[in-house]
Formats: sequence, structure tokens, C-alpha cells
Amino acid sequence: MTVAGYTSELRRSGTLPGWAPWATYGAGSALAVILSRATGINVALLVVAAIILAGVAIYVWSRALEGSRRATDRMATLAVTSTFAIAMVPLVSLLATVIRKGSDRFDPGFFTDSLRNVVGAGGGAVHAIVGTVIITGLATFMAVPIGILTAVYLREYGAGRRLAAAVTFFVDVMTGIPSIVAGLFAYALFALFLGPGVRLGIVGAVALTVLMIPIVVRATEEMLRIVPNSLREAAYALGVPKWRTIVRVVLPTALGGIITGVMLAIARVVGETAPLLVTTGVITSTNWNPFEGRMMNLSVFAYFQYKTPGVPPEPYFARAWAAALTLIIIVLVLYFLARLVSLRWGRTEMQR
Amino acid sequence: MNKVTRPSRAGDRVFSALVTGAGVLILAILAGGALFLVVKGWRALTAKAEDLPGGETFLRYVWPLAYGTILSATIAIIIAVPLAVGVALFITYFAPRRLANLLAALVDLLAAIPSVIYGLWGIAVLGPAAVGLQDWLSDHLDFLPFFKGPPSPTGRTMFVLGIVLAVMILPIISAIVREVFAQTPRSLREGSLALGATRWEMIRMTVLPFGRPAIISASMLGLGRALGETMAVALILSVSGGVTLNLISSGNPSTIAANIALNFPESSGLAVNLLIATGLVLFAITLLVNSAARLIIGRQIRE
Repeated sequence: MTVAGYTSELRRSGTLPGWAPWATYGAGSALAVILSRATGINVALLVVAAIILAGVAIYVWSRALEGSRRATDRMATLAVTSTFAIAMVPLVSLLATVIRKGSDRFDPGFFTDSLRNVVGAGGGAVHAIVGTVIITGLATFMAVPIGILTAVYLREYGAGRRLAAAVTFFVDVMTGIPSIVAGLFAYALFALFLGPGVRLGIVGAVALTVLMIPIVVRATEEMLRIVPNSLREAAYALGVPKWRTIVRVVLPTALGGIITGVMLAIARVVGETAPLLVTTGVITSTNWNPFEGRMMNLSVFAYFQYKTPGVPPEPYFARAWAAALTLIIIVLVLYFLARLVSLRWGRTEMQR
Repeated sequence: MNKVTRPSRAGDRVFSALVTGAGVLILAILAGGALFLVVKGWRALTAKAEDLPGGETFLRYVWPLAYGTILSATIAIIIAVPLAVGVALFITYFAPRRLANLLAALVDLLAAIPSVIYGLWGIAVLGPAAVGLQDWLSDHLDFLPFFKGPPSPTGRTMFVLGIVLAVMILPIISAIVREVFAQTPRSLREGSLALGATRWEMIRMTVLPFGRPAIISASMLGLGRALGETMAVALILSVSGGVTLNLISSGNPSTIAANIALNFPESSGLAVNLLIATGLVLFAITLLVNSAARLIIGRQIRE
């Protein structure tokens, strides 16, 4: 900032009124609407045009009254705020769409009937809901102990060991595995023993386990990191063995955060489609046994109802949207419970 | 580590073996899975062209898919990164303090929505909504190879897919960037403000330089996610298989992940091996991108 620039700044010491940004936004939008009427321009371009026009307007106005530095600042503020607003549009639109289209078939029948012998309208997704619960439950049952124990190993035992470095590295690798590749992983594993074409609930659960483990490990590690060392040392000083210190002192202290992490991990995998598409197969009736026969789940249900509808397609689409709504409700409930737990039991690192 | 030895106890030894075993189990799962994938995929890699479904060599089969994968992810990154940085800035330095946490939670919520729902939204809402925009692009910008057209009447194009992927990876990128932005040393920020910088000058001179490595690595993590995204692609894209730069026509190359999802359920025999081999290629690509991202993150953030 040169001295000359600074003095010119001082000379124009006026300030824009507080409503100025809103006014320019309004004026920009109005101008864009007029332009669009004149040129027949598209809605998306219209929004962009409105933002650019508002930016120019506030820059010119502010530059005249407050100088160029303030003007740039105001323009940047407008740009950043608009970016956020634009980024929120898909979220709002998506939620509105799912609720509107999903509520058509969000009726008792959807939760009591399967698609067995159903052609056209009617039927429900109870077979898919059962499958989702069993597969996700099994995955949680496998991933949570492995994940927590691994995190304990890395944090409490691993310092400076080669094995720990290798585990850390491969947990990172797991985080980046595309979910469809995790599905192929599980498929290849089981196909080797049970022959090609294997389609079982348990195979899907293993695929989800591969996806869940790194999330649980990361969350638990993060929580163990913030357990104060003085707690561990106090226990050692009292002659408590290391394993009892971990089980009775360290883990309970971190419990709130670990539960939060586990719930977010469940929320993350409960809607997974791709790995289950290649591992659990498609079926129209309820199957309670993950070790025998194909198993449906909500996301694959939604996918196939939309991708391969019958004639007329409307009832199939309606079922797909109802499944989507159910999934979103499950995810939201898990998500808010996780938030609640983390608020109730103190500071946590939320999901990355 | 302190070298003071405590008396060794049975419980300690059992517990230590247990947790070490969990770590080893993870390595075993990964090694086993990777090994079986390679075993299964190898048959397709070494098979003669005429034995493979489609009668092409593996490389010829996978090339358009790899191209489609990289193209769609690139569009997504180009759209998502500026938006994600803007969102992160808004939450950390522009939004009212009391709202910031709530807004951050809202953005995280975007990350939690299952990908199949993004796919449904893309095909039912965004696709039709984008038809007008694509018509406009092909009318006015058809000198660019990207917008040559003819524009698709359904909106099931690479362009729409890129936008949906961008929406999906935006929260992932912005969550990482946000965290690093918030860690900009207070002394730097307040120092620049005290010297008379406006808020934007403070951000440009302290927050953005501090966060640049995080922006780069977060973008690469987002890229990795976009490369592996399956369901949104399988639902949205109308596929013809050709390699083209044209983003708005109804003939698009598929992606590796979507190709697996679309064909795996009905495949058998060598076709399964072929799909698994393409999965290995996808894994290799994402591994490369993610490792690069981790390298940059590790250098900047850890300690």
C-alpha cells in the first residue's frame, strides 16, 4: 500500500449505508431479469448475471464513496457470500425433491409389503429395509471392534514401530478405495472359496466393513489423541496395568467421541449402493439369512426401481423416491444422534 | 517411549497381542483382497483379444472408460474447487459467528447423502433443468469443442454429470479447507487487520497463502472421490462409448466404475475377470491421486 494510495483513501472517507449490499443485489437481479426478458436467456445464466451485475454495482458505488480498497473488499464479500448461496441450492433442491416425490409412496404398505409377485403399482420395500439393516448391522459388528482395537494399537502401542507405520499407511489407502472396488474386493475374496457368481448378504457386509474400518480407526485415533496423558500416568502410578488403564480409563474417557465416529461411519455406509450391487444381488422377497441366498437393500432397490422400470413406469419411480426418502431419514437420524452424542459428551472432531 | 520396565503381566500380553492382531488383520484383509483381485483380473489381462467379450484387447477396452472417468472427474474438480474455497471462507470468516457451526453442519450433511440419491436428483431434476442451458451453450459457444452439440434433449450428459459430481465432492473439499483456514495463526490475521488491511486483504495475504497446500491436497482427495463415484454416473450418463470432448451431446464415454456397476450383475465367466481388471486400473488411478494428496497434506499439516 503506497502512501499516495493511502492518502487518497483518507480523502474519501464516506461510508455506504448498511443496506447497500442488499440494494445492489436487488438492483443486479432486477437488471438481470430485464436483460433476460430482452434476450431470452437461461435461468442459470441469469443468476450468474445478477451476481456479476451486483458485484460491479457495489464496486462502483463503494469506490466513489469509500475508495478502491474498501470497494474490492465489498466485492469479495459479495462474491464469497454468493458462492455459499449457490452451493446451498443443490442441497435445498435435493431435499425438496426427495420429500415431494418420496411422500407419494411413503405409506404403511411401503414398510409392510415386499415386491414379491408385484407387477406395476403397490408393493413395498420391506425386503430391502430388512436387508439394509442386516447388512449394515453385520458390517458394524465386524468393523467396530477391528477399528477400535487398531486405533488403540496405533495410539497406545504403536509409537515408533514399523508395523504401526504400515498399518497407518494402509488405513489411509483404505480411505481412498472407491466403494465399487471394495465390492469387487469382497466378491473376489468369496468367489475364490464359494465359486464364481456368489451373491450373499455377508459378502456385501464384508465390502461395507472395508469401507467402515478406516472411518472408525480415524475417529477413534482422533479421540484417543485428546485423552490427557495425565490420566494414563495417574493410573500407572497407582500400579494399574497398561491394559486395564486403556480399558477402564482411556476408552471410557473417549467413549462419546468414539460413539459419534461409529454413528457417522454407519451413516456413511448405510446408503452405499455400488459395493452391494456387485455382492448381494437382487431379489424381490424378504431374506433374513445373510449366509444364504440373495439379499436386497434400500439403495439398490431405489437404483433398480428407477433404472429398469416396468410399464407404466410411474409406480416404479414412486417406489424409488420413497426408498430415497427412507434412506435420507435414516441418514439424518444417525447424523443428528451423532451430533447429540458429541454435544452431550464434549468436544469431538467431526467427520472429515 | 520411556525405557522403565514394568513387571510383565499376562493381561498386558494378551491385550497387546489382541490390538496388534487387529492391526495385522487389516493388513491381511487388504493383502488378501488385493491378491484375489489380481488373481481374478490377471486372466483378463493375459487373455487373447478374441476370447474377451467385445473381441478387443484389454487396453482398447479400458481406454475409453479411463478417459470418461478422468474427464468427468476433471469437470467436477474445476467446478467444485472455487465453490468449496468460497464456502470454506464464508463459514470461517464471513458468516455470523453464531451461525457458522450450523452452516458447517449443513455442508457436512451434503457429504452424508447417499450417492444413489444424487443420481436420482441428477436425472430427474438437474438434467431436465440443464437442457435450456446446454441449448444456449451450443448456440453461442459451439466454436469450443466442449459445446459442439447437438445438445441432448434429456440432459443426461457429461456436463450435467460433472455438476452432480462437483456437488458431491464440494463438502469433502470444503471440510478440509475450512479446518486449515481456521488454523491460520491469529497473530498473522490480527496483525494484518491492525495494520489497516480490510477483511479481504487479510484473507488474501494471510489465510489463502497459509491454506494453499490444503486447497491443493483437498482438491486431490476430492478428485479421488470423483474418480471412484459409481451410482451417480450409472444413473445419469447416457453412454455410447466414443472418446469425445463434446460435453453436451447424448453420446458419452462411460466411466470405469459405472461400467462395472452396469455390467457386473449380468456378467459371467471371462467378462467378470475383465470387469475386475478394469477395477484394478481404477484402484491404481485413485491410489496414485490419493497418495499424492496425502504427501502434500503430510508435509503441511502433521505437526
